[in-house]
Amino acid sequence: MLPRHRVIGLGIMLLLLLVAPPFLSSFLLTLLTQALIYGILAMSLDLILGYTGLASLGHAAYLGLGAYSVGVLTTRHGANFWVTLAVGLLLAAVVAAVFGLVALRATGVYFLMITLALGMVIWGLAHRWVSMTQGDIGISGVPRPDLGLPWSLAKGIPFYYFSLAGFLLALWVLWVVVRSPFGQSLVGIRESESRMRTLGYHVWLHKYIGFIIAGTVGGFSGVLWGYYNGFVSPADVELATSVEILLMVALGGRATLLGPALGAGVIVLLKNLVSVYTHRWLLILGAVYIGTIVYAPEGIVGAVRQFAKGVKPEPLRSKA
Amino acid sequence: MIRHVVALGLLVLLAATPSWAQEPIRIGFLTILTGPLAAPGKEMENGIRLFMEEHKNALSGRPVDLTVLDTGGTPAGTLAKARELAEQRKVHVIIGPLAAFEAYAIAPYVNSQRVPTISPSAAADDLTQRKATQFFVRATSTSTQPTQPFGTYAAKTLGFKKVATIADDFAFGHEVVAGFQKAFEDAGGQVVQKLWPKLGTTDQGPYISQLRKDIDAVFIGFAGVAALRFLKQFEDAGLKGKIPVLANQTAVDEALLRNMGDEAIGVVSTMHYSAALDTPANRKFTAAYRKAFGTDPGYYSVGAYTAGLFLKQALEKVRGKVEDTDSFLQAVRGVAIADAPGGPIRLDRHGQAVHNIYIRRVERQEGRLQNTVIHTIEGVSQFWNYPEAEFLKQPAYSRDFPACRFC
Amino acid sequence: MEFWITQTFNGVSYGALLFLLAGGLSIIFGMMRIVNMTHGSYYLLGGYVGLTVIWKTGNFVLAILAGALTIALVGLGEYNAFLRRLGGQELGQVLTTMGFALIFQDLGLVIWGGDPYTIPAPAALSGSYQIGELFFPVYRVFIVAVAAAVAVILWVVLEQTRVGAMIRATVDDAEMARGVGINVPLISMGVFALGAFLAAVGGVVAGGFVGVYPGADFEILPYAFVVVIVGGMGSLKGAVIGSLMVGLLDNFGKAFFPELSYFTLFAPMAAILAIRPTGLFGRA
Repeated sequence: MLPRHRVIGLGIMLLLLLVAPPFLSSFLLTLLTQALIYGILAMSLDLILGYTGLASLGHAAYLGLGAYSVGVLTTRHGANFWVTLAVGLLLAAVVAAVFGLVALRATGVYFLMITLALGMVIWGLAHRWVSMTQGDIGISGVPRPDLGLPWSLAKGIPFYYFSLAGFLLALWVLWVVVRSPFGQSLVGIRESESRMRTLGYHVWLHKYIGFIIAGTVGGFSGVLWGYYNGFVSPADVELATSVEILLMVALGGRATLLGPALGAGVIVLLKNLVSVYTHRWLLILGAVYIGTIVYAPEGIVGAVRQFAKGVKPEPLRSKA
Repeated sequence: MIRHVVALGLLVLLAATPSWAQEPIRIGFLTILTGPLAAPGKEMENGIRLFMEEHKNALSGRPVDLTVLDTGGTPAGTLAKARELAEQRKVHVIIGPLAAFEAYAIAPYVNSQRVPTISPSAAADDLTQRKATQFFVRATSTSTQPTQPFGTYAAKTLGFKKVATIADDFAFGHEVVAGFQKAFEDAGGQVVQKLWPKLGTTDQGPYISQLRKDIDAVFIGFAGVAALRFLKQFEDAGLKGKIPVLANQTAVDEALLRNMGDEAIGVVSTMHYSAALDTPANRKFTAAYRKAFGTDPGYYSVGAYTAGLFLKQALEKVRGKVEDTDSFLQAVRGVAIADAPGGPIRLDRHGQAVHNIYIRRVERQEGRLQNTVIHTIEGVSQFWNYPEAEFLKQPAYSRDFPACRFC
Repeated sequence: MEFWITQTFNGVSYGALLFLLAGGLSIIFGMMRIVNMTHGSYYLLGGYVGLTVIWKTGNFVLAILAGALTIALVGLGEYNAFLRRLGGQELGQVLTTMGFALIFQDLGLVIWGGDPYTIPAPAALSGSYQIGELFFPVYRVFIVAVAAAVAVILWVVLEQTRVGAMIRATVDDAEMARGVGINVPLISMGVFALGAFLAAVGGVVAGGFVGVYPGADFEILPYAFVVVIVGGMGSLKGAVIGSLMVGLLDNFGKAFFPELSYFTLFAPMAAILAIRPTGLFGRA
């Protein structure tokens, strides 16, 4: 299975996440919760970006679909957690299935553009379908879920563990997918579509299924996101959000699953903590975007791996 | 000898002062300092900075520790910053945020954390109506508080019969138009056309050319650059001077007016304030503001400054004992100020300001544009002349309510 | 009739504005395959520089030139230092240029403040031509003229000159171009700078019409992408037709289906891409 040192590393990480809450202030805990939720989203994008090589500029749409499911169903119909979860996942899956049909006709920059357009359609809906979404104001007053547990999820620590459970579940699902023969063929497609085709693989179908899984897991993060914030608004499905998820994946390291989750953590902390100390935090965020590509094109995980191997990191690959 | 007396005196003073007196009062200020809404956000910050400077960073004998945070203009960012303020900095009171979608995002949270929050800008009606919370009060108008009396005024005093409306296609635009329409039609007028350019519409041309030719006036509900753009393109289309323009509270705000040209002259608008308001309190305020920042104060800065006045009065009432959340909140909700820059202001039982509404006309005075006050409507409530219970029973003002019966 | 004339004129002039925005992107994106999220920033910063120049000198033409040249240099710097090495790496391009877009956005705010401005156009360009009951704002006519001039110049340069031939050769097959002795890096740099230059021209010209304000960068970026995509990348003809189509579609969409104004741009874009994944006139 996994090399021993990685098992130990993962074990320590999990242990830290498990024992952290009592040592953190309630504010840092909420940020960590947010990082876990965005981590799910970034991992879901990693499935198509990292493993399959499809850069989507519209992945925020699935976050929005999950979150809006929660917002609409809880505030208007008093739905419980399981109903919102089911609807959120189903909605994300269906939309991904439809969008996938359109988007997967294209590759490269065209895929970027078509996913951008589709993402903007969802954004337009969030703004314009006021009777459903309440437009730019968004839906607020979403109650935290009641799972009949002895701990109230309205409190910070229980909700943190709830999100951690969700995170581990998503990690497990995605891990199984990428480890499966199906996941291996996704990687094969990324490396060479034509070879996979010659070998008799149905390339399109593989991509399509990967796209739907990614969207569905993205929707799952959206469900948690809706409950975490207690509201949902069009800002969740903006183009800037989609680009930010791309950054999380690239920063952490593509095709590593945990790397993107780490990237999500870094960005969430950066956005929320740095901006407390300086109002010019956008300059720093911008520098992180550029610095990631220049200094860590394989992300944090890639840099660490190279460091462990004693290879000097190559600053910027030149193809020209 | 003298040294000993002074030392003894200080000792006595120290002993007599309660322990909390030296602890600063911690105030969190939520605004937007990056992105498209940074300019109004900065104006808001100016308002509170001026207030603090005038009071030498101390209220009710206690030093004030003001933390200004940038929400980034997103609801999630605002909630994160509110959490930072409430849980990390343990602030006693929050002033902000700027936008309605931000206020909706944090209102339930500040209520659960029991942090009194004074909104200097976010205007959405329901924040102090159907979704009012104990800990949220407002030092500025609701969206419709200025436009409802304006509707009545447009029908009764200006004598307009048929009016078209055009406003940003987002909640604030929907509300200002709806409030105007309701009061205008109840006073005998007819809104015959409603146009909604989506936010960020670069070209207003297609909308302007759709305006009906048989209207007496057009009511606009814009904020920010859209207002600048509309008035310019309206003039270019040859309509200025032919169709009078009525404007909501933000379209010809002082912050925009200074970058407008002659195209704005003659626009009649409605708001709870004007930098040209000629009262002693406002003369003092505008003079100090101009001296500090070189510009006229407007919607955002007067809101933040007035929020400061609220805080000051409430603190005086509890003698600086801001830690006693219940009595402090009660004091905040009971604020009544006789001489705020915009005139007398008090809070109703929903925590919403009751204050004067001014009808203003854009004129050029000493080379710069200003909002000359042409009519004052005193003590306007968020419910205008409608009975409160009846008002709250009807649906919230929106894009579809009231329906356009005469379109 | 009146309605059709006015709306068509509005649509054409809006299309012309879009062409100024998208022409540069069509070159950078279409020819060099660089997904440039900074394009909107070039447009905005160009407007800001133009604004400063016109405040200082009062000269509109100088404002356009100064804005465009400054931004061409900025673009050149960004390309040389970073983008040159990211050929074919879409993700790297998106993230690098997004980083620049955020930095430029904040620098613009720091330098010029966040107030919205209108670029004061010369008196000759204000007012309208009146024909019967119809008004045709002079500034809109001016925008159409500028866009037409830019399109013609680009066409002549690209199709009729030696430099144009070298550019086309580089775009089509860089290896081959290098083989026949074309200075490929220089040509690429020049093309990128030209794209930035055009975006800034658009920024100054549009500044007299829609204003210069923070947020304009990310507001126009999707529009520019839509135009390039609808027209098809790497095709000047596509950019011209794409701009006009989007301009007219947006205009009549707003008039006939105001409820759908959030979708009149992106839904057709998605539809066109679904049917023709390389745009209407694009090459694979």
